[in-house]
Amino acid sequence: MGEKLFGAAVKRTEDPALLTGRGRFVDDIHLPEMLHAAFVRSAYAHARILAIDPKGAETAGAIAVLSYRDLPEGLQRKTLAVSVPNPAISQLVLPYALAKEEASYVGEPIAIVLAESRAVAEDAAALVAVEYEPLPAALYCRDAALPDAPPAHSHLPHNIAAKVRVNVGDVDRAFARAAHVFGETITVHRGGAFFIECRGIVVEPHPILGGFTVYCTTQTPHRLKRQIVELFDLREDQLRVAVPEIGGGFGPKGTVYPDYIAAVAAAQRLGRPVKWVADRREDFLATCQQRDQWWELEIALDEEARILGLRGRMVHDSGAYMTGSLTVPWISATTVPGPYVVPNYRLDYSAVLTNKVPGTSVRGSGRPEAVVVMERMIERAARELKLDPAELRRRNLIQPQAMPYNVGILFRDNRPVVYDSGDYPAALEKLLAAADYAGFRARQMKARHNGRHLGFGLSNAVEATGLGPYESATVSVAPSGRITVYTGASPQGQGHKTTLAQIAADALGVGLEDIVVVAGDTGTVAQGMGSFAARTAVNAGSSVHLAAEAVALKAKRIAAQLFEVAEEDLELEGGAVRVKGVPGMAKPLGELATRTLGVPGFAMAAAIDPGLDGTAYFKPEQSVYASSAHAAEVEVDIETGQVRILAFTVVHDCGRAINPLVVEGQVKGGVAHGVGNALFERLIYDAEGQPLVTTFGDYLLPIAGDVPKVKIIHHECPTPLNPLGVKGAGEGGTIAAIAAILGAIENALEPWGVVIRESPLTPERIVELLGEAALGRTR
Amino acid sequence: MTDRWRIRLKVNGKEYEREIETRLNLADFLRHELLLTGTHVGCEHGVCGACTVLVDGQSLRSCLMLAVQAAGKEIATVEGLGDPENLHPLQAAFREHHGLQCGYCTPGMLMTLVEFLRDHPDPDEAEVREAISGNLCRCTGYQGIVDAALAAAASLRENPLKG
Ligand code: FES
Ligand code: FES
Repeated sequence: MGEKLFGAAVKRTEDPALLTGRGRFVDDIHLPEMLHAAFVRSAYAHARILAIDPKGAETAGAIAVLSYRDLPEGLQRKTLAVSVPNPAISQLVLPYALAKEEASYVGEPIAIVLAESRAVAEDAAALVAVEYEPLPAALYCRDAALPDAPPAHSHLPHNIAAKVRVNVGDVDRAFARAAHVFGETITVHRGGAFFIECRGIVVEPHPILGGFTVYCTTQTPHRLKRQIVELFDLREDQLRVAVPEIGGGFGPKGTVYPDYIAAVAAAQRLGRPVKWVADRREDFLATCQQRDQWWELEIALDEEARILGLRGRMVHDSGAYMTGSLTVPWISATTVPGPYVVPNYRLDYSAVLTNKVPGTSVRGSGRPEAVVVMERMIERAARELKLDPAELRRRNLIQPQAMPYNVGILFRDNRPVVYDSGDYPAALEKLLAAADYAGFRARQMKARHNGRHLGFGLSNAVEATGLGPYESATVSVAPSGRITVYTGASPQGQGHKTTLAQIAADALGVGLEDIVVVAGDTGTVAQGMGSFAARTAVNAGSSVHLAAEAVALKAKRIAAQLFEVAEEDLELEGGAVRVKGVPGMAKPLGELATRTLGVPGFAMAAAIDPGLDGTAYFKPEQSVYASSAHAAEVEVDIETGQVRILAFTVVHDCGRAINPLVVEGQVKGGVAHGVGNALFERLIYDAEGQPLVTTFGDYLLPIAGDVPKVKIIHHECPTPLNPLGVKGAGEGGTIAAIAAILGAIENALEPWGVVIRESPLTPERIVELLGEAALGRTR
Repeated sequence: MTDRWRIRLKVNGKEYEREIETRLNLADFLRHELLLTGTHVGCEHGVCGACTVLVDGQSLRSCLMLAVQAAGKEIATVEGLGDPENLHPLQAAFREHHGLQCGYCTPGMLMTLVEFLRDHPDPDEAEVREAISGNLCRCTGYQGIVDAALAAAASLRENPLKG
């Protein structure tokens, strides 16, 4: 393999269209006869719906108002599906496309209103009269888990949807012989994705062929297709889901939402195209979020400060429905040990239903929480034992000789978590050197003399990437010579069209400009999983590689017959198969493709199937484990609580980087997300469960001045588990960032004895913590 | 119940005349009436900057202006900046420095920076960060955008645009 493009920082092929306003996003689609939808959404966190009166809407120009009772019979019977079925879920509560008789979070869709314009649809929606009987709401997860909490759905005896135990070794024995035991209670809040493009869908019914084309901001087009096919009882060929450009996804665009299904129902009923695009308020109310976890954990160490065990419990906020399954808490629970040797570990966690928008994965998917918790425990131990926190980490990291390393935990597919590759101690040393840890104390002292407060924080994380079961790719050479790569992956800004083309181009001996990548269109590949959990580079990348290799092989086989040479004497170069060392003996790929099509009436050449294409489904045996080590140096203004990040260093192992430009972009963007999570982003509800944060004026995303310049050091440990040696890169930036920033803030506030047991740390909260510390109180 | 107005305005040098509702904002007018969908909407309330366009040379959030207020004015949108074969130096720098991922915030970033670089041809990094402090990007972490702006400033100083 030439490997000319793999590993090169080539400019992205996506960019020219996006830079010139020619990218096509869902809201850019205008179809003739298209109707616009707006939703009537629950005004209450929890209420019985007594009556819905659409008359006002009709006088205001609505073409139709549909509520639960107007849905097709199948949709009155069937709820939406759970993303990943899991037998541990004992109360699997799932939503209907439109609320049946009870609304369970503010923003839950109750009716869909169709009109000739969005403005009229919104006017009309405001005039639909819904009569509610408010019910008590289950809000903060910890409280909702208590036996006397109001149920999130009135038919439930309690709110615990699942109780799971993760158990490694013999924890209680480990604790019994420990030299030191420390306990902490930690609360971690993560907000939502808050991509700049809100969710949306356009449904186009096909009166002649039957069925629909759906354009949607989805990370998982095949999953959306499967649900629609099932709910509407369609044949597979009656539905095509095609994903245009997506303006960021980060997890929540992977969910199949009730509003999408309601839009399909409306288009089916009215026989006209329907568009619905969320406005920002709807995005705050009705797009899945990640929100809260409450942890209570103890750590046991021996005399040498080596970790003997961890034990405790965790409560996870699943929101009103279990659509997102146990994915997030399960990942949190299994991520805690991370790069550290934790021989004994027991966590009991509960996923709890609350009257808030359902939970799902947001960039990092439960891992940032776990890393915050683990790193807080480590800092606590270092402080108590008066040990350098870097040294305590050093003593406890998994050594590279131990790879592959069995953590002892079962992942959600019931297979053991086995780290395939990595060198965590080397990464930590590189990090300490690059961030000048040795010089930090002097910097801190000097700053203190000038009345400034600097802090340094470290964190380490290991991330399962490249989740199964598979991803699909087809590589096809047309008689014109045009090469197209089709994949079920569905990118949202990660540059996959470029990186997948890089992989195919190498295998086929062509340039990047010779390849077009078509992603996220169920009309082109029969099966696909989509882009989430940092899986595309690994799975789609490997599939493209295998499919392109198959095409190369077939091209050689045909050419070998034509030239009467052995296949080994052939090479792919410049878009043609050439006989090595014989200039002029070459056949362009397009011509070979034409030959495979045959001539009517003539027998096909021996053993060649028609078409010069190949399809592959790379099925990883297990996840591959990327890792990162982060260091943050911050300055805290103790008057205002303002945190300024002075330096941020990342040592990152995502195996072999297909395109360093893209990988670095993922890390930098990920860190920015972590900065937001650590310092600003908080979804606040009042005592009735009304969200108080529904605009970007209240929910602060980091702006250019908040995000540091990130120093990135690539520390490549290629995985042996896929043909490219790649691991996922999409989430590592976020996962460890929050913990490093919290640690740095705690370090800066050391003179006041402030201990951080929560995330995020907004300026107000920092001032409050300083005040509490001054009064000698800790929470 | 709706009142309508006939307006004329110029967008990227081209004259348009339309009859519209008073309440239609400029962003929706550009996107859904003129089908110039390069201008994006991320918040509809003036915070994200995705909808930034130039109105008579001044950057402005098109979600906060009614289309009728733009009557008689000259609007510049991302579509007028350059085309895929012939990128504006700022667009080329965005590509070079990976200043975009999903590309959704990009048109607003570009229009904000076009004006900024016109008025501040030799900015430093802090000034660039300040200039885009009203534009949200969830993907890039801003560094690529800042690098692109600085590089574009340098290239524009060397080879100023003609006209
Ligand atoms: S859409 Fe205009 S500022 Fe966000
Ligand atoms: S590139 Fe996605 S929001 Fe900026």
